[in-house]
Amino acid sequence: MRTADLLNSSWSAIRSHTMRSLLTMLGIVVGIASVVLTVGLGLGTQKDVSDQIASLGSDLLIVSPGSSTDDSGMRGGFGSAQTLTLTDAEALASTVAVPDAVGVAAEKTSDLSLEYGESNWTTTVTGTSTSWTQVRSRELLYGDFFTEDDVTSAADVIVLGSETADELFGSTAVVGQDVVIDGDAFEVIGVLADAGSSGDTSLDDLAVVPMTTMVETLDDSGASEAVQTIYLKAASSDVLSAASQEAQNLLLNLHGIASVEDADFTIDVQDSLIDAATSVYEQLTILLTGIAALALLVGGIGVMNIMLVSVTERTREIGLRKALGAAPATIRNQFLIEAMILGLSGGAIGVVIGVGLALALPSVLGSTIVISGLALVVSVVVAVGIGAVFGVYPAARAARLAPIDALRDQ
Amino acid sequence: MTSPSAATLDPDAPVIELTGARKTYLTGDIEFEALRGIDCRIYPGEYVAIVGPSGSGKSTLMNILGCLDVLTEGSYVLAGEDVSHMNEESLASARNRRIGFVFQQFHLLPSLTAVGNVELPLVYAGVAPAQRRERALAALGRVGLADKARNHPGQLSGGQQQRVAIARALVTEPAIVLADEPTGNLDSRSTADVLGMLDELHSEGSTIVLITHESDVAARAQTVYNVTDGQFVGDSVGIAK
Ligand SMILES: Nc1ncnc2c1ncn2[C@@H]1O[C@H](COP(=O)(O)OP(=O)(O)OP(=O)(O)O)[C@@H](O)[C@H]1O
Ligand SMILES: [Mg+2]
Repeated sequence: MRTADLLNSSWSAIRSHTMRSLLTMLGIVVGIASVVLTVGLGLGTQKDVSDQIASLGSDLLIVSPGSSTDDSGMRGGFGSAQTLTLTDAEALASTVAVPDAVGVAAEKTSDLSLEYGESNWTTTVTGTSTSWTQVRSRELLYGDFFTEDDVTSAADVIVLGSETADELFGSTAVVGQDVVIDGDAFEVIGVLADAGSSGDTSLDDLAVVPMTTMVETLDDSGASEAVQTIYLKAASSDVLSAASQEAQNLLLNLHGIASVEDADFTIDVQDSLIDAATSVYEQLTILLTGIAALALLVGGIGVMNIMLVSVTERTREIGLRKALGAAPATIRNQFLIEAMILGLSGGAIGVVIGVGLALALPSVLGSTIVISGLALVVSVVVAVGIGAVFGVYPAARAARLAPIDALRDQ
Repeated sequence: MTSPSAATLDPDAPVIELTGARKTYLTGDIEFEALRGIDCRIYPGEYVAIVGPSGSGKSTLMNILGCLDVLTEGSYVLAGEDVSHMNEESLASARNRRIGFVFQQFHLLPSLTAVGNVELPLVYAGVAPAQRRERALAALGRVGLADKARNHPGQLSGGQQQRVAIARALVTEPAIVLADEPTGNLDSRSTADVLGMLDELHSEGSTIVLITHESDVAARAQTVYNVTDGQFVGDSVGIAK
């Protein structure tokens, strides 16, 4: 029998039972649609995580005051304690004590209202050192960052995030303008380039001033020495944990603390953030993969079930075809191809629905779904494979039917 | 197609040569011998009828002759090819090339048109679409149904359906046309129609084996074999035509 005739024969058998064929495909449609979504969500989450990590800098250590393992409630909560100081930051900058760090930037922040003419905008104002742009991997869109001279003189200069500039001035080209904070005028000397967002916080809504200016002019907390965060940039991601170890030893020493358990600071390695994000992603993937695999299994069994019914129903037809010269292998191939066409059609419909949902869902769920062409192709191949695997048994049954028994069947 | 058609067969060599044919059915523990040693030769162009009472083994013999089943003992040579011990694959090919079946229940596929049904044996022979369409239409022309080629079986009378089945049996130019009770489901007018058709094929040179339990149907054949309890009884009755 010619291949074209074989395909044609299988196709018309499917066409003659349109409704039944569609119902048979349903399991595969659902399975493949969820595979497309699973892979899309997985890739989307991965993309979100890597974007986030890239925006933070993958060789960054974050030192925060307070202990993340604190359960006594005595030492003050994580992040709000005042156990990190400018002295700590200076010590960490020593290349002798922390040889694996190439940059240190302490941040002292305060939420303040910025004014320009009629408009005002509240944002986080950060006092820091000149190394900040290098440590936080930031670049300037316009103007320059402040200099050591500005720090020494506690100059009233300010660098704005692009979003902040836009909110205040309605433009980002604002170098040379003045903003007023608490009655003091600050000259805008630079505007930062976009960095996107980290989780819920925008990295573009901020203002940066020299640490001395922050301490002397803007901070009214009364704790002039305390800083919220110290960022350490490691020489490379390979020495990240070495740098973390060195920083920890130095700070324990400075704070006169003997045991790591009693530490009044926390060092976050970027790795741990990656781990947390990856583990969420992995759990999600396992869950969705499980659902998809189950749906595909059910779909496959559905195909087998209907194919068995079809073989029984068409016993006489099979007998006649054999009497007219169809070899067992020919009959087997016909049913196998039928099952594969069901798989292919189910897979194709599933891909269309999956892609449709992938396009519609992000606006509802707020999660990123990435559609990969390779995943779509693989999905359809898998669907055809399922048709073939679950079609083998019914096809073998059809091929084994003895023509006389089959012809006699009423 | 490599198969020799009936016309190219040696007219002196038998188309069918059964020797000591035995068929035993096993149902559970019970053995039943449906054919008990049949010897028979059928020559090209012969019109043979096989008659006998119900349960005598006519259909069993027809299944053997049609390569739908194999003998338990004895040998069967079909058009010079020993098919006694062939596997399923080769039997399918032998059926396709040598045999044209006409069944009591017509056995047309309802989803195909008349010409589609007639084409079916050629599909399994691997004949190209244009060529098989041409041959199928020619076969339908021979049974006088050229104008019904596009009808589905449901749109044809019983007699017309059986004529489509005869066209399907002819289309491969088989060594023999095997008809098992071809008029069993037909009224008297259609019966006369179909039997007239077989007479015509015979006069054109086809080898026909007709199985029936009606003596007036058998009377049309040149040779009549009488089967009783799985054996030929009496002499074959030769009727001069
Ligand atoms: N597959 C089978 N298994 C067991 N016994 C069978 C089988 N097929 C036929 N027989 C038996 O073989 C005998 C001959 O059956 P067969 O069908 O050849 O009769 P027949 O001459 O065609 O009868 P009828 O004129 O009623 O069609 C019967 O007794 C039947 O019961
Ligand atoms: Mg019978």
